[in-house]
Amino acid sequence: MTLAATDLAATADLAAATNENLAQISNVLIYSAMAIYLLCFFAYMAEWLFGSRSKVGRTAAALTVGAKKADAPAVTVKQGGGTTVLERPKVVVRAAAGARDVPDGPGAHGGTEKGDLWGRIAVSLTVLGFLIEFGGVLTRALSVQRAPWGNMYEFNITFSTVAVGVYLGLMALKKDVRWLGLPLVTVVLLDLGLAVTVLYTESDQLVPALHSYWLYIHVSTAIFCGAVFYVGAMGTIMYLFKDSYETKLLKGGTPGRFATSVLERLPAAASLDKFSYRVNAAVFPLWTFTIIAGAIWAGDAWGRYWGWDPKEVWSFITWVAYACYLHARATAGWKGRKAAYIALIAFGCWLFNYYGVNIFVSGKHSYADV
Amino acid sequence: MSTTDTKGTDQEGADDLGAAGSQLSTAPREDAPNLPSLGVIGWARWFWRQLTSMRVALLLLFLLSLGAIPGSLIPQSGTDETKVADFMDRHETLGPLYEKLGLFHVYSSVWFSAIYILLFVSLIGCIVPRTWQFVGQLRGRPPGAPKRLTRLPAYTTWRTDAEPEQVREAALQALKRSRFRAHVAGDAVAAEKGYLREAGNLVFHIALIVMLVAFAWGQLYKSEGNKLVVEGDGFANTITQYDDFKSGSLFSIDHDLEPFSFDLKEFKGTYEPSGPNRGTPRTYEADVTYSVGADGAEKKTTIKVNEPLEIGDSKVYLVSHGYAPVVTVRDGKGKVVYKGAVPLLPQDSNVTSSGAIKVLDGYRNADGEREQLGFNAFFVPSFAGEGKGTMLSQFPALLNPRLALSAYHGDIGVDSGRLQNVYQLDTTNKHLKEFKDSKGELLTERLAPGETMELPDGAGSITFEKEIKEWAGFQVTEQPGSGWALLGAVAAIAGLAGSLFIQRRRVWVRAVRGADGVTVVEMAALGRSESAKVPEELGDLAALVHDAAPTAPDPVSGRPDPSDTDADPTEEPGAETSTTDSEVVSAEGADKQ
Ligand code: HEM
Repeated sequence: MTLAATDLAATADLAAATNENLAQISNVLIYSAMAIYLLCFFAYMAEWLFGSRSKVGRTAAALTVGAKKADAPAVTVKQGGGTTVLERPKVVVRAAAGARDVPDGPGAHGGTEKGDLWGRIAVSLTVLGFLIEFGGVLTRALSVQRAPWGNMYEFNITFSTVAVGVYLGLMALKKDVRWLGLPLVTVVLLDLGLAVTVLYTESDQLVPALHSYWLYIHVSTAIFCGAVFYVGAMGTIMYLFKDSYETKLLKGGTPGRFATSVLERLPAAASLDKFSYRVNAAVFPLWTFTIIAGAIWAGDAWGRYWGWDPKEVWSFITWVAYACYLHARATAGWKGRKAAYIALIAFGCWLFNYYGVNIFVSGKHSYADV
Repeated sequence: MSTTDTKGTDQEGADDLGAAGSQLSTAPREDAPNLPSLGVIGWARWFWRQLTSMRVALLLLFLLSLGAIPGSLIPQSGTDETKVADFMDRHETLGPLYEKLGLFHVYSSVWFSAIYILLFVSLIGCIVPRTWQFVGQLRGRPPGAPKRLTRLPAYTTWRTDAEPEQVREAALQALKRSRFRAHVAGDAVAAEKGYLREAGNLVFHIALIVMLVAFAWGQLYKSEGNKLVVEGDGFANTITQYDDFKSGSLFSIDHDLEPFSFDLKEFKGTYEPSGPNRGTPRTYEADVTYSVGADGAEKKTTIKVNEPLEIGDSKVYLVSHGYAPVVTVRDGKGKVVYKGAVPLLPQDSNVTSSGAIKVLDGYRNADGEREQLGFNAFFVPSFAGEGKGTMLSQFPALLNPRLALSAYHGDIGVDSGRLQNVYQLDTTNKHLKEFKDSKGELLTERLAPGETMELPDGAGSITFEKEIKEWAGFQVTEQPGSGWALLGAVAAIAGLAGSLFIQRRRVWVRAVRGADGVTVVEMAALGRSESAKVPEELGDLAALVHDAAPTAPDPVSGRPDPSDTDADPTEEPGAETSTTDSEVVSAEGADKQ
């Protein structure tokens, strides 16, 4: 019996005060991270602007009629370090028969020194912004004494932190993803802006149905998958642009100056396509796991594993759409642009599941929302 | 659209390489949907081939996701019957149309079932031949080297003084050490690795079938019942004890109910005491003792919202709770005719509750006649305060409980054969008469714990005791097959990981004596188009072979130019024939890394 709830209130008030302080700190950190990301945004812009002065035109060189072109797309792989390097046989790589062979662009800085400098500044700022935002998420978690995934404000700040983390992680793995910086920071700023204005929720505890370690597993993997899907979708969009650009060049057209300037500096369409495939394929098993973990949790919390609740339906749709994409990649006649459109539709499903379902559709999951 | 240059890449590549390039996956070959010319069997075969093609699988997957959408936007009768009724009221034309299309129960509708059944037929039709093909590949050996290794995506060559047999032997050892399946075929070593990719893919698709079958099995044999238990009371798992009970169409009551029983000792609920979320529930726990079988030993446990009690295939969930005030009813002579906890049903999130108290027998009125008593009960755990009007609870915990009662007597109507809701008093019943207060109106009183309402004219009294019990609602479900579904799910993830993370690739090492008597070694590798590691791996393997057969000092022109000597200019549409500029290309190629 809980006749003693008034005593409880007194101690709870004390705890609430310290928690409120932490929540306050968290808010300050989130706002600081936004300021840093804003600086980042300008630095990436500077990188692109200075980079536009370069005249690299490699794609054009490789594809334009009349340009000097290796008809045997021979590319040498550099062998890893050690003194035996000179003695090792050289491996020659050629593109698959029928695929265009186009070199990757030099990146946003376009090979210019100034552009590169700004790019480096931008990346450093991104690291700083990430650390501060991470601190913001952490203090938020401490203030509520649980994982910071109880409502959409918390989802959003965690989501953008993870997205930036994935980007930095790929950089740390020496992947050529710096071109992702500008679109990433733009979206992160939008995401955080939305979080602090529309979605802000006072820090608070969870209702009993959200108390489960499956929550931690399910929600953390869901957020992670979303961040990776987002990175994949960016690659896909860039691929579509770059692919049209290359096609136009191949057909002897002259793309506009802006398009040329920007797209010349991106990786080749084939590289972008491969990049987004790898990213999407790599998280697909994790997304499958996320849905299954969700089903197990639902089984414990609501007494049924699968009840076609809107959130469940849209997770399922997203899953099937990504399976579609993977199938398309393995089906002759569906590779390339068609598969890319499916990938974008799949990501659209994910976005709708994340925002749309919470806001427009009512279901069991809606008590975790705005 | 630029499908011309990417379309059918693998196909062309495979054609180019003959047997060596084929069967790197067991995916069904895509043949153009040519219409058959041969009678019924021709059509049937054609239809089957279409159904099990990747293209149709893709289409069906797409339809499945599209078909799932309406169910998330239109109210579903499975989850919320009232919303469906509401929708029907508001949309006069759309409602019946939706009804006809099965849009109120999308996931059990004919067309949705048709999509997934076709998909699964396609899946089985796809898995079976692919499995045989894969077994064939496992029993056979990696295909021999294609004629021109230079055409492969990764290639290397050097000249050595070692004998060709020596080189092949060294290559065989190196490849086997790297866990390739390798054998010598003619003048070359053929090797292959990464079969787990295919195995994983097949496991994944088979696991999908296992999951579906387990799910269907569960639907047919499941059972689900609800029971409300007041603190101190118990429940035994037999069908008669349930308040309501549903089961799948193949469920059999005699065999399928797990024998167990439990007693609810105490229910505990705590709520946020202050702040903007005051009143939000924090914990719900039910302390129970239970025993399994007819006379199993008694055990203690706590059932929480996320932690059902599992007994065999059955799970006992805590799904709801409320209050059960204890009341004592006395007749005119002061004899206790009823004493017990009366469970009341919550009406809002602060547990404003309502229900009925029924004294069915044992009561005699002031004239000594047998009669029944009925009370409409309204209960709030936290009353706003005297004079503050409404009987709406301010907080879900028992801070300031009140019980409001209105009293009736006569014949409640339970005996008349009409189905009666235990939580409601049928006050439209003619045989039930109101007790009147001094103003001649329905006798109603609001009681604090310990207070008593006197019935007029020595008809007796009802006391709201200080003890207030709580009740918990339990859902007992039995869903056989969920273990299989889980197993399928785990296998699906493992298979998927194998299928997506493992690359299947082939390596060939050819060693032949050149015209000048020096041995020429050629190595080449082929993977699927997504594999980035293939050239690197080939480099590592080449280094191993190279250690055993080092480059021969070359008197004439250094090692042969590795760039392709027989490139086909027609394969690059729009590209002009021109001389190879390997300098530029290799410098830029370095960026690709
Ligand atoms: C029930 C629906 C299905 C789902 C959810 C599904 C899912 C998947 C996924 C996620 C992959 C990616 C794994 C990979 O790329 O290796 C895959 C691959 C594949 N699926 Fe399915 N699939 C389904 C039905 C089918 C059907 C009906 C067929 C046969 C027509 C089929 C044939 C294949 C093949 C051949 C691959 C391998 C492609 C490759 O070698 O890359 N699948 N499937």
